[in-house]
Amino acid sequence: MQMIAEKIKEKIKELTENGKISRVMGWKKGLYGYDSEPFVFENGDLRDFTYDAFSGANLCKYMIAQSKNDGDGKILVLLKPCDTWGFELLDKEHRIKRENIYALGIPCGGMVDIEKIKKSGVKGITEISEKEDTLILKTMYGEKEVNKKDYLLDKCLVCSSKEYKDCDELFMTDLCGDTAEYDRFEEVEKLEKLSSSEKFEFWRSQLEKCIRCNACRNVCPACSCVKCVFDNDNSGVAAKANANDFEENLFHIIRAFHVCGRCVDCGECSRVCPQNIPLHLLNRKYIKDIKELYGDEDEAALLTFTTEDKEPSVVYERGKNNV
Amino acid sequence: MYKLPFEEINKLFEAVSLNTALYVPVKKNDTVVYEKYSENTIYAYDELNTVKSAKDFFFPQVQDIAQFKLRGKSIEIINNEEDYESFAVFGVRACDAKSFEILDKVFLAEPADPYYKERREKGVIITAACEKPDEVCFCTAFGIKPWEPSGDVSVWISGGYIYWQANTQKGLELTGKIKDIFNACEENEIEYFKAQIKNICGKLPFGNLDLKYFKETDEKDIFSSSVWDEIYKGCLGCGTCTFVCPTCQCYDIRDFDNGKTVERFRCWDSCMYSDFTKMAHGNPRKTQKERFRQRFMHKLKYFPMNNEGIYSCVGCGRCVRSCPQKLNIVKVAEAFSHD
Ligand code: SF4
Ligand code: SF4
Ligand code: SF4
Ligand code: SF4
Repeated sequence: MQMIAEKIKEKIKELTENGKISRVMGWKKGLYGYDSEPFVFENGDLRDFTYDAFSGANLCKYMIAQSKNDGDGKILVLLKPCDTWGFELLDKEHRIKRENIYALGIPCGGMVDIEKIKKSGVKGITEISEKEDTLILKTMYGEKEVNKKDYLLDKCLVCSSKEYKDCDELFMTDLCGDTAEYDRFEEVEKLEKLSSSEKFEFWRSQLEKCIRCNACRNVCPACSCVKCVFDNDNSGVAAKANANDFEENLFHIIRAFHVCGRCVDCGECSRVCPQNIPLHLLNRKYIKDIKELYGDEDEAALLTFTTEDKEPSVVYERGKNNV
Repeated sequence: MYKLPFEEINKLFEAVSLNTALYVPVKKNDTVVYEKYSENTIYAYDELNTVKSAKDFFFPQVQDIAQFKLRGKSIEIINNEEDYESFAVFGVRACDAKSFEILDKVFLAEPADPYYKERREKGVIITAACEKPDEVCFCTAFGIKPWEPSGDVSVWISGGYIYWQANTQKGLELTGKIKDIFNACEENEIEYFKAQIKNICGKLPFGNLDLKYFKETDEKDIFSSSVWDEIYKGCLGCGTCTFVCPTCQCYDIRDFDNGKTVERFRCWDSCMYSDFTKMAHGNPRKTQKERFRQRFMHKLKYFPMNNEGIYSCVGCGRCVRSCPQKLNIVKVAEAFSHD
C-alpha cells in the first residue's frame, strides 16, 4: 500500500505541476494508524497524505461542496472502485459540477474495519504498519500481528466488482486485489426465509439501537437533497430524535424508499453507523427486488417502463410465500 | 471496603436490584448499552465504555414534557408527570462520573432543571475502575483518575474479586442495605491494582494532551484562526460525536401536532446540525466550518471561561471512536498545539 501511496503522490505532483488540478481530496494520516480522515490538500502540500488499509471512507460526496465554486479550479478526487459508483450517481443527478473535478480511479485490495480488530480483543492500539497483507499493531499492551484479510469492512467482503465509472483517469488499477468472500445477496436471502414476525423482530432489534445521528444519511451519495425532509421544519415530520419505535422505523423506511433504485450499494451507511445497524441489508433487499421485478439495476429500472415489468399486484403473489 | 468473589457478581446485582432499579452495561446486538438488570443479564465487564454515555439516565435523549388540548376556546395543558423511580447505574467509568459534575454546572445552576435535578437525586452512581484503558482514552489530561473513579460507590474488579467502596451518603445507605453479601477486606488490598492502572495510564498516547493553546490564547484569536479552515472539511455534520458525548448538553424543545393534541417534547440537539441556532432572521452559523468550530470552542474555551477553567470534555474517547470520518477533539487540540 505504501508503494501505491507514494506513486499516487507522484501522480498528484505531476498533475499539479501541469496545472490540471488546484487541490486534492484524499486521506490524511491520523493519530493511531487506523484513523485516516478525508482531507483537502491545498497548495501542493501533501504532508501526512496517506492511502492505506484504513482509507475506507468514500470521498465522492464531498464533491458536492468542493466543486461548487468555479473560481476554485479543479479538485482531484481519489476514488476506489465502489466510490466511483456514487460519484457517477452524483454526476448523473447533476449534484456536482463535473467540470470542476478530476476523478482519479485508484486500486483497492479491500479496506480494514478497525472495529472488527478491536472486537477481537485488541486494545490500546497506538500505531499500525503494513507489510503486504499483515498489519503490525503496536499497542499499549504489546505488539500484535493480524492478517488484514480477516478484518475487512463488510462492504469489501461483498465487493461486487472492481469496475470504475465516470473517472477521468485510471491509475495503477490493475493492482486491484480480489476481496469478495460471499455473494452480496446471501444475507438478504437469509432474511427472506424468515417469517414476517421474525423479520419484524430482526429489524426492530436493529432499529431500536438507532440514535438518529444521521451519519447514514449524511454520508450517502444518494441522499443528496439540499434539505432533507427530516430537517425541514415545514415538513411536519422534522425530527431530531426517535420519539418512539414508530419513528425509528419510519426514518429508515422512508430513507430506504427514497434511495430505492438509486442506491449504488457502496456500503457506506453501514460503515458509518455508530450502532452497527446493518442498513445495507434494507437497501440491498430493494436492489434484489428491483432486479427480479423490473430489470437490471444499471438501467434505471424504476424510471423506465417495459411490458415485462411486474404489476403492483405481485405483492399478493410474493406475500403468499412470505417473501 | 468490602469484597465478593467476582463469579458471584450476580448476587451483588440481585441484592442491589431488590432495593432499587439497577442498570448494567451489556453487549447487545453488536453494541454496548445499559440494560435493566434481570437474572439473564451478563455484565460486559471487559467493554470499557458503552457506545452512548450514561448521560441518558439524567438527561434522556427524548422526553415528553406536556400535552396541549384545544377545548372550545380554551387550551388544556396536561403536564407529563413522570414517576421517577430511584435507580442505580453500575459500571460507570471515571470519565462519565466526572461528566455529571459538568452537566450539573449547566442543569443545576439557578434556575435548576427540575427533570434533571430529580433524576440526579434519585440516581445512585456505581463506578468501576478501568482495568484496561484504551488508546482513545485521554481522561488523565483532565485530571481524572481511572484507578480511583468517583461516584456514590466505586468498585474494582481484580484478582477474581470485586471490591466495593462507598463514597457518599447515598452510597453508604445502599451499602448498608446489601452488606450481608460481602466479605470483609483490608483497605489496602487493591493498592497494587490501582498502581497498575496508573502505570498503564502513563502509556496513554494522549494522556497528557496539550491544551495550553486553548488555555492561554484569547478566544477571539482562536475563533478567527485559519486552522479551522483546514480541519473541518471531512466533517459530515452528522452529530454522532455530540450524541455519544457524555458532556454535550444542548437540547431542543419542539411541538408535535398529532391531529388531536399537541405534544411538547425535548430532545438532544447538536451544534453540528444546520438548524441549530436557527432564528427568525435565519442562521448565524451558515457553514459546517462554523458549526464544527462551535463544538470545540465550547468544550475547550467557552465552557472553561465560564466555569473556573473546567473543560467540557472528560476524555472518554467516544467521539474519537465513533466519528465515521475520524475527526475528533484530540485532532483539533493537536492541530492547534503545533501551531
Ligand atoms: S447512522 Fe446508525 S444510529 Fe445514526 S441515524 Fe443512521 S442508523 Fe441511526
Ligand atoms: S465530527 Fe465526525 S461525528 Fe462529529 S459531526 Fe463531524 S463527521 Fe459527524
Ligand atoms: S468531546 Fe469526545 S472525548 Fe470529550 S467527553 Fe465528549 S465524547 Fe468524550
Ligand atoms: S477515559 Fe479514562 S475513565 Fe474513561 S474509560 Fe478511558 S480510562 Fe476509563
